[in-house]
Amino acid sequence: MARLIINGKTHVVDVDPATPLLWAIREQVGLTGTKYGCGIALCGSCTVHIDGAPVRSCTMPVSAAEGKQITTIEGLAVKDALTKVQKAWLEHEVPQCGYCQSGMIMAVEALLKDKPKPTDADIDAAITNICRCGTFQQVRAAIHAAAKA
Amino acid sequence: MINTPKITRRTFLISTAAAGGGLALGLSIPFGSALVHAADGSPEITAWVVIRPDDTVVIRIARSEMGQGTLTGLAQMVTEELECDWSHVTTEYPTPGQSVARKRVWGDFSTGGSRGIRESHEYVRRGGATARMMLIQAAAEAWQVPAAECSAAKSVITHKPSGRKTTYGKVAAAASKITPPKDVALKDPKDWKIIGKRVRRLDTLDKLTGKQVYGADLKLPGMLNATIRECPVFGGKVKSFDAAKVAQMKGVKKVVQVGDTAVAVVADTWWQAKTALDALPVVWDEGPNARVSSASIAETLKAGLDAPQAFVGNQNGDAKAAIAGAAKKIEAVYAYPYQNHATMEPMNATARYTPERCEVWCPTQNGEAAFAATLAASGLPADKCEVYKIHLGGGFGRRGAFHDYVTQAVLIARQMPGIPVKLLWTREEDMTQGRYHPVTQCKLTGAFDAGNNLTGLHMRISGQSILTAVRPQALQDGRDPAQFQGVAPSGEFAFGYGIDHLLIDHAMRNPHVPPGFWRGVNINQNAIYIECFMDELALAAGQDPLEFRRKLMGKHPKHLAVLNAVAEKAGWGKPAPKGVFRGLAQMKAFNSYVAACAEVSVSGGNKVKVHRIVCATDPGYAVNPAQIERQIAGSFVYGLSALFDQECTVKNGRIEQDNFHTYDSMRIAQMPKVESIIMPSGGFWGGVGEPTICVAAPAVLNAFFAATGKRIRSFPLKNHGIAMV
Repeated sequence: MARLIINGKTHVVDVDPATPLLWAIREQVGLTGTKYGCGIALCGSCTVHIDGAPVRSCTMPVSAAEGKQITTIEGLAVKDALTKVQKAWLEHEVPQCGYCQSGMIMAVEALLKDKPKPTDADIDAAITNICRCGTFQQVRAAIHAAAKA
Repeated sequence: MINTPKITRRTFLISTAAAGGGLALGLSIPFGSALVHAADGSPEITAWVVIRPDDTVVIRIARSEMGQGTLTGLAQMVTEELECDWSHVTTEYPTPGQSVARKRVWGDFSTGGSRGIRESHEYVRRGGATARMMLIQAAAEAWQVPAAECSAAKSVITHKPSGRKTTYGKVAAAASKITPPKDVALKDPKDWKIIGKRVRRLDTLDKLTGKQVYGADLKLPGMLNATIRECPVFGGKVKSFDAAKVAQMKGVKKVVQVGDTAVAVVADTWWQAKTALDALPVVWDEGPNARVSSASIAETLKAGLDAPQAFVGNQNGDAKAAIAGAAKKIEAVYAYPYQNHATMEPMNATARYTPERCEVWCPTQNGEAAFAATLAASGLPADKCEVYKIHLGGGFGRRGAFHDYVTQAVLIARQMPGIPVKLLWTREEDMTQGRYHPVTQCKLTGAFDAGNNLTGLHMRISGQSILTAVRPQALQDGRDPAQFQGVAPSGEFAFGYGIDHLLIDHAMRNPHVPPGFWRGVNINQNAIYIECFMDELALAAGQDPLEFRRKLMGKHPKHLAVLNAVAEKAGWGKPAPKGVFRGLAQMKAFNSYVAACAEVSVSGGNKVKVHRIVCATDPGYAVNPAQIERQIAGSFVYGLSALFDQECTVKNGRIEQDNFHTYDSMRIAQMPKVESIIMPSGGFWGGVGEPTICVAAPAVLNAFFAATGKRIRSFPLKNHGIAMV
């Protein structure tokens, strides 16, 4: 059994403590907005926030996340009110297939908390998510727009 | 499974099938002279318009949305003629099972070859126009006035003389009983109000909140989860496996063999299934292909470069004689590797089987092909099968012609009747069980006369044919016509240069690695071969690459127009910023004309910064320029990732790269500024999702040469120590 606090709600889940957090979130808790892409913390599709910091949940064991504040993509829009990042994503129509975008948005939310007015170099350093559809041009524009909002 | 009969007559009919809580106006195209009801009639093309009482318009889309925007584009086309309120438009997919039951009333589900819009634009617009005419007729009959006195706009019908108004929702039921008109005129493109506009995509919001359900996210009551390992050597089989070793692991329900070639573990959760599969001892019968390596494949292809026998794809004059008698001869050999699609969402499908019914939920680029795979794997007839299309986390060709993952899911589900099982591949399985961009090599020989004029060109391609492996019925006397994409004598892949003595031929050499359609297909390497060699020829002739091309393009004004457009916008011939060098490329692909001018700088001889790419495309008609811009920029990410970093190598018969650490993909830091020129010239329909991918790589390679004087002829560039920064 593990106690996970996700989007402000506590879930007690029956899971082997070595299970990656990603799979506990997707399978035991049932929140599937966080995606599996590579399983080796490279692509960033599984990015969540743990105590506010971006973490690639596919390689973090559940045991390391117990008791901490975990935020997933589903936890961003409170009562359907989009965050400024989500609004910028909507305005710039960033997603194509959209599969990587949960992780992309989570990484960007964390970046803007750390650096509210990021430069292009800040973006290049912080946003290392893979997007095979190639939405990067829109991602960059939307980050700058969110920073100005 | 599906043969597409020729359409002999196009007439839209109406169906009264209820759907979506409202009324369905089914629009079908029957054969022959008799009007045939959609339910028992035509096996061919249909568009569907459902109008609910609240005026919501549901437009049914047979093609698959995988990020490329076709859903929105097709809805725009129906809306244009239907004259409905765009803000009340929504879409949904019909199922392949319904399509078969209604004799293919929705026509082709295939979503590949950049054909989604360009091959259905007429019938979907006609579908919208027919529905509009029937709705107006219904209102006119209710008012007892001539239909000609009525008009429609934004889902409101107005009788002009009296000023009376009604809405589509109110007359939809009556409209469905009206005999559809025989003569349906489509608008002149100059009158389009929504086609050509940058309207917003219909499918963005759920992708921002985690609500969008992809195949990998599907949940069904009582569902179990599976993952699979197929023999890593293509053509090999399962010899044995020791299920007892993992049967007691937590959550494990069953260890099953899947066909002759694979083993899967079914468990409560996917992570449990994966953990058990990792621990499962499997012995493979690898077969003779275990001796094949990248080096042995390269030797086979190399022999094809000078082989006496080859299929001719494009020929005029006598290229061999021109080369033999040339005052100067230039020769170069290029090579292009295997590459994986690497969709962000790995292959997956969910199946539930009983002897009475088999259902599959899957991301697919071709619902009908997924349906065919379901029938074959379940052994059940079409009326006992169904496929539900789930949103795709990327396609790029992997999920179109191949439904190996559907077959596997059904074969697993057959061993657990009544229980839904979701099969999700690991990234490692996805990387090593691909349908790879095929390998080719290419020898190009150019001949100049004493006046430094290009008189002859021989382009010999040696390598793998996709159609031979995937669609052998499409071969022409053994020749693969798709091999000549971009260098064909005419048509949607027409060569853009006029050369007096030309020979382009293909020595087919088919290694055991399964090839597939990979975004852009064969234009990717053909564009590199021909467009880099054009720069090599220009250099040999001592001419500017643009001027050299222009001289050969006199009879290809549309090719030339896009090339000129990028040259002008990029400032070709004018000084570039310090340290920045330019390169050009042009091509015709999927019936669109495309060109690019890349600007790069190179530091340390091997660190390449691609600053900017100016791209032009003439797709005939541009349905949604905002989405075209995204396809251009996105295709460059796909193409440049391939150019710099991506190769699947073969060792002991299997693919060596198994995740993104050995098969890298571009990040935002490497993204150039992409400037798009969308210049539709009208009169034809070209594709959008794939065409532009091919010009990025040769434009960058030509710019790299301009910067360094080094001509790279084998790929990816990482093999030469060259990196994109």
